[in-house]
Amino acid sequence: MTYARRAWIVLWKDVVTERRSKETLNALVFFSLLLLFIFQFTLGDDRERLVAALPGLLWLGFVLSGLVGLGRTFLTERENDCWDGLLLAPGDKSAIYLGKVAGNLALMLVVEAILLALFALFFNVDIGRAVPALSLVLLLGTVGFAAVGTLFAAITAHVRARELLFPVLLLPVEVPVLLASVKATEAALAGEPLSAVAHWLKLLVAADVVYLVAGLLTFDALLEG
Amino acid sequence: MGCHVGAPHVMSRALGWLAVLVLGAGLVMGLGVAPREVIQGNVQRIMYLHVPAVIVAQYVAFAIVFMASIVYLWRRSETADAVAHASAEVGVVFMGVAIATGAIWGKPTWGTWWTWDARLTSAAVLFVMFLGYLLLRGMIEDRERAARYSAVVGIFASLNVVFVHFSVYWWRTLHQPPSLLRPGPATVSPSIRWALLVNIVAFALLYVYLVTKRVRLLRREAELGA
Repeated sequence: MTYARRAWIVLWKDVVTERRSKETLNALVFFSLLLLFIFQFTLGDDRERLVAALPGLLWLGFVLSGLVGLGRTFLTERENDCWDGLLLAPGDKSAIYLGKVAGNLALMLVVEAILLALFALFFNVDIGRAVPALSLVLLLGTVGFAAVGTLFAAITAHVRARELLFPVLLLPVEVPVLLASVKATEAALAGEPLSAVAHWLKLLVAADVVYLVAGLLTFDALLEG
Repeated sequence: MGCHVGAPHVMSRALGWLAVLVLGAGLVMGLGVAPREVIQGNVQRIMYLHVPAVIVAQYVAFAIVFMASIVYLWRRSETADAVAHASAEVGVVFMGVAIATGAIWGKPTWGTWWTWDARLTSAAVLFVMFLGYLLLRGMIEDRERAARYSAVVGIFASLNVVFVHFSVYWWRTLHQPPSLLRPGPATVSPSIRWALLVNIVAFALLYVYLVTKRVRLLRREAELGA
């Protein structure tokens, strides 16, 4: 079985499980909706202030729902000895990581798309023209988030204070990705060409590549026992 | 065991005294030899504590965490794990010293304890990143598992130093540019440079001393636990 196929099988397994239970997706969409309420309640009616804060709020929403979603990555594997099954799979174990990253990426992108639509709807912002640029920024930012998040989820899955430790470990590491994503989102929403924020996009690409490669190289060490 | 305890112990003591000696020299140079800064006055002398702490934490301690973590994953050497652990601890302490002295220096010169300037922010991010690393270490009982997990987190945290630096720098900057490692003609007087250099060497020696002590202690703990 090729490497890509093994990664694909892990992804497919997770997608099928999620499609049948819709557990995580439903909860995350509901959670995002609640976040919108909270933003509205805390920021009040001032529309100008809201629009100015929008890029940051968007990513705050993505990050919070990402923390909830990614933290669960390996928890399903703890039931019915699935973890051992994964470990017994032949070949390079980093394929599992790649599959899980892809699954998390897909999940987060779906949640982000829904959250973006809800933002546009509830806060009455016209994002139509910004969608192509936004998609690129969201993709690059989310890859960086999912690459580290998936790896750290594998670590914290075996630690006592999991829910506590996961965000504490992940958030500081994601600061560069967040800064870059928020700045690029700001430019995209303002209708500026992406070339104006090329340095941020380059940083995102570099971070994505470094995180993914480091994740692939170190994932094996997390699996032994 | 007993036969090779003696030599490192003597070395460690010598290193400790050397660190004390150079720290004393640094103190004399910083408070006595270096001239009073014209604009800021005596408060500028906190630089001789602030800059060495930052430099040793950021460029030595966290770099050692990175290398020791890689060596651990590669060789599974318990010493490498202890070095990474000790280096992160000392690095976090030095970073804390740098942030605290920076705040004390910032109040009279900038008029504020803290501002979200690029360097302050990146220092704060590095500080919490490695604090999280130490938190993870404290939460796993199994020594071998703690070593593996922290090595992975340590590698990510250290790799991230570069990204944090650039992202935060682009985000905003207000801090004065570095006065030592800057291309072009020197802008500070030679006695200030020397005072700073002596203090950097002193902090580096202190770092090495503390790390060797901590590594020995961690190894002893491991022996007792095993």
